[in-house]
Amino acid sequence: MEKISLHIDGKPVQAVKGNSILNAARQNGIYIPTLCYHPKTGQAGKCRICVVEVEHMPGLQVSCSLEAKDGMVIHTNTKRIAETRKMIVELYLSNGKHNCISCEANGVCELQEVAYYLGIEKSGFPVVEKDMPVDTSSPMIIRDMNKCIQCYRCITGCNDITVNEVLDMGFRGSKMTVICDTNKPMGKSSCAVCGECVQLCPTGALIEKKAVGKARAWETEKSRTTCPYCGVGCQINLHVKENEIIKVSGVEDVEPNYGALCIKGRFGYDFVHSSDRLKSPLLRKNGKLEEVSWEEALDFTAGKLLEIKKAHGPDAIVGIGCARSTNESNYVMMKFMRAVIGTNNVDHCART
Amino acid sequence: MTNSIREIENVPVIVVIGSNTSESHPVISYFMKRAVKKGSRLIVIDPRKIELTRWAARHFQHRVGSDIALLNAVMHEIIKNEWYDREFVDKYTDGFDQLKETVSGYSPEYASGICGLTTDEIRELASILGKAEKVALFYTLGITEHITGTDNVRTCANLQMLLGNVGIESGGVNPLRGQNNVQGACDMGVLPDVYTGYQKAADPEIIKKFIEAWGVKSLPDSEGTKIPAMFDGIHCGDVKALYLAGENVVMSEPNQAHTIKALENVDLLIVQDIFMNETTEYADVVLPAACYAETEGTFTNTERRIQRVRKAVEPPGMAKDDWWITGEIAGRMGCDMGYGSAEQIWEEIRQLTPSVSGITYERIEHEGIQWPCPDIEHTGTKYLYKNGSFPKGRARFYPAEWKPAAECPDEEYPFVLTTGRRLWQYHTGTQTRRCAGFDEIHPEELMEINPEDAGKLDVKDRDYVMAVSRRGKVKVRVWVTDRVPSGVCFMTFHFHEACANVITNNAFDPVAGTAEYKACAIRLEKA
Repeated sequence: MEKISLHIDGKPVQAVKGNSILNAARQNGIYIPTLCYHPKTGQAGKCRICVVEVEHMPGLQVSCSLEAKDGMVIHTNTKRIAETRKMIVELYLSNGKHNCISCEANGVCELQEVAYYLGIEKSGFPVVEKDMPVDTSSPMIIRDMNKCIQCYRCITGCNDITVNEVLDMGFRGSKMTVICDTNKPMGKSSCAVCGECVQLCPTGALIEKKAVGKARAWETEKSRTTCPYCGVGCQINLHVKENEIIKVSGVEDVEPNYGALCIKGRFGYDFVHSSDRLKSPLLRKNGKLEEVSWEEALDFTAGKLLEIKKAHGPDAIVGIGCARSTNESNYVMMKFMRAVIGTNNVDHCART
Repeated sequence: MTNSIREIENVPVIVVIGSNTSESHPVISYFMKRAVKKGSRLIVIDPRKIELTRWAARHFQHRVGSDIALLNAVMHEIIKNEWYDREFVDKYTDGFDQLKETVSGYSPEYASGICGLTTDEIRELASILGKAEKVALFYTLGITEHITGTDNVRTCANLQMLLGNVGIESGGVNPLRGQNNVQGACDMGVLPDVYTGYQKAADPEIIKKFIEAWGVKSLPDSEGTKIPAMFDGIHCGDVKALYLAGENVVMSEPNQAHTIKALENVDLLIVQDIFMNETTEYADVVLPAACYAETEGTFTNTERRIQRVRKAVEPPGMAKDDWWITGEIAGRMGCDMGYGSAEQIWEEIRQLTPSVSGITYERIEHEGIQWPCPDIEHTGTKYLYKNGSFPKGRARFYPAEWKPAAECPDEEYPFVLTTGRRLWQYHTGTQTRRCAGFDEIHPEELMEINPEDAGKLDVKDRDYVMAVSRRGKVKVRVWVTDRVPSGVCFMTFHFHEACANVITNNAFDPVAGTAEYKACAIRLEKA
């Protein structure tokens, strides 16, 4: 990859040719705040928080949209930039209900983070209270457009990443808002409930319904694993608090799914904690399955298998493995049937 | 898959046959739809007007079970017009003459009578595929779940070899696997004829290798049985014990009455699962297992990528890892397997399995690796058979003749029932139906029926009907929709209240042992 040399904040740095100023800065560990830019949805040029000064160029430049060129001299944190950013963020804060106290995004909200970085306690502008009804019609997603900053990430995600083509910007001027289909409630729209919009949303405008009130972001730990549904093998993070999965997110930047999921991968996790889960071995006694200890269940199982093997030979025993379980468990099942029982009568549900 | 998911975005012509991708493999459909946005042509070949057709350049709506006739006619046209990749065929394949001879019997006129497409449509499809720079073909159970499933797959492979689309990036023959680790379960040798990595169970050298590695006196050299034969074995008294680790067979096997009878008759039924379900009802002993979020290990995805599974929460009550349970039974039968962790098991697997020898937990900590990965320096295999490197030297065409489904509609049972899945539920519903919100979106089975047929039967949308086959009957609500053509109905196996497998046919492919879930004959009665 061809490299270019430039100066950012007085430091000589190198960057990959063809990158935006924003990415060139990020490659060199220099923080430029953004709200609309996301590595997956790319430059949007909407929020203008990422403005910088480039010597010999007039005014402020939008760093996510301007290509870094060899020899450029860039300043990311002058007084003028700080004042501009502050004004933009204060305008955002004045336009909508950005109340952090019980917001699900508290701690991971990018608007909150930028406000904190800029030291904004409250907006200097009069707050225009929005009062749009919260859309709770979807069984999985809550849409609160009062918290929307119109960054377009969700729209790009829905149309260009998962291509479900549900979300768009509707109306004009101060009434402009994100809509589903022809302004239908999300639950009545053609939404495929993939949740890509939730994953991309920088604020609390789009949140997971089932996670509401269960944990603050900083109380959960992320555990990376592989989705248990179809064969795509999406990489997921389980967000866990006190032995409970609170929500699931897609892992960005890695194959095979690059953060995208479907309804089952993102929202199909609560069976894990169902009260119906089997918690004890069961043994049929007098026609009924009764709870027993592992010792009793295993002794019974092994004893019966030995009995049948002795009386009828190993081929009288068959085993069906599990296409939902791990490679390791399946290997042990295969080994058990062949090495312990002594039969090749082992199969699994690849055929169903 | 011969190829990788990420390659989809650069495929000029994508063929999806017998795969309801946007509902069964939604994330792969995102790649396909993005490809369309970038200019790819998406060709859907499916008896149903599936959702993916919204993004398709062309939808060829052939009849259920006519795949071989259609594709043979397409190959007939491709050969006739010399659109095939002669260089690839000469250099890398055997059996072209037999293929040519077989497909010569499938003129578009002849095939049209079988598949229901017009001769113009068949010629158009041949022309699109024959003239494309590259084609990647994707299929799912619409191809495999027929009594001719093996021949259907071979026919797909024949087409792609004929066009020189194998062994190249963004091409290939790509089955999309329906379960998180169905690829892995196959790779691990949970099949009657192979050990791990498809090492033949009948090969004396392989048997010797595993005898030495496992420290056992002997290993079986007799042929094992596949699932359909297992159930038949119970019926005829040869099979006395069934150890069922995590499959809800009452719901998922075809011809439910046949399955239930087997479970009632078997002397010993051991079920290892995470929930009580329709199958545990018949168990003598039920062993509670940990689920994916409670265990360490690996899954292998549809593109052969081995990825980590990590324990995030504790299993409920006394539930244990599957491998622990099986190991404990083994210990009590006089064979101490001695495993202490999943990683220890993986280390044994990779030592015995050349195709995954180079894959360690450490290497896949951040991102999975695709097999074959024979050594620790190898970075994995994005697509198979690069530059014609076929395992047996040359690739072979296996031409196949079309055969009708085991059960075709007649006067008594005039409809074809085909089955599948919906986006909103998964398999036998044991998991998704226990997750909040899913039943809110899709609470019950809806059988798709064409408006013309509904009119003739005088049933309206959401009315109940009785769907009756030679094996049983099920009361189900109808969804009157042109997603299915006239004469075809569609059901899923998500709901125990109205499960398609009460009426599906358990006739199966003689080679693969896969049942014909995709075609049986039914009649509809007012309920």
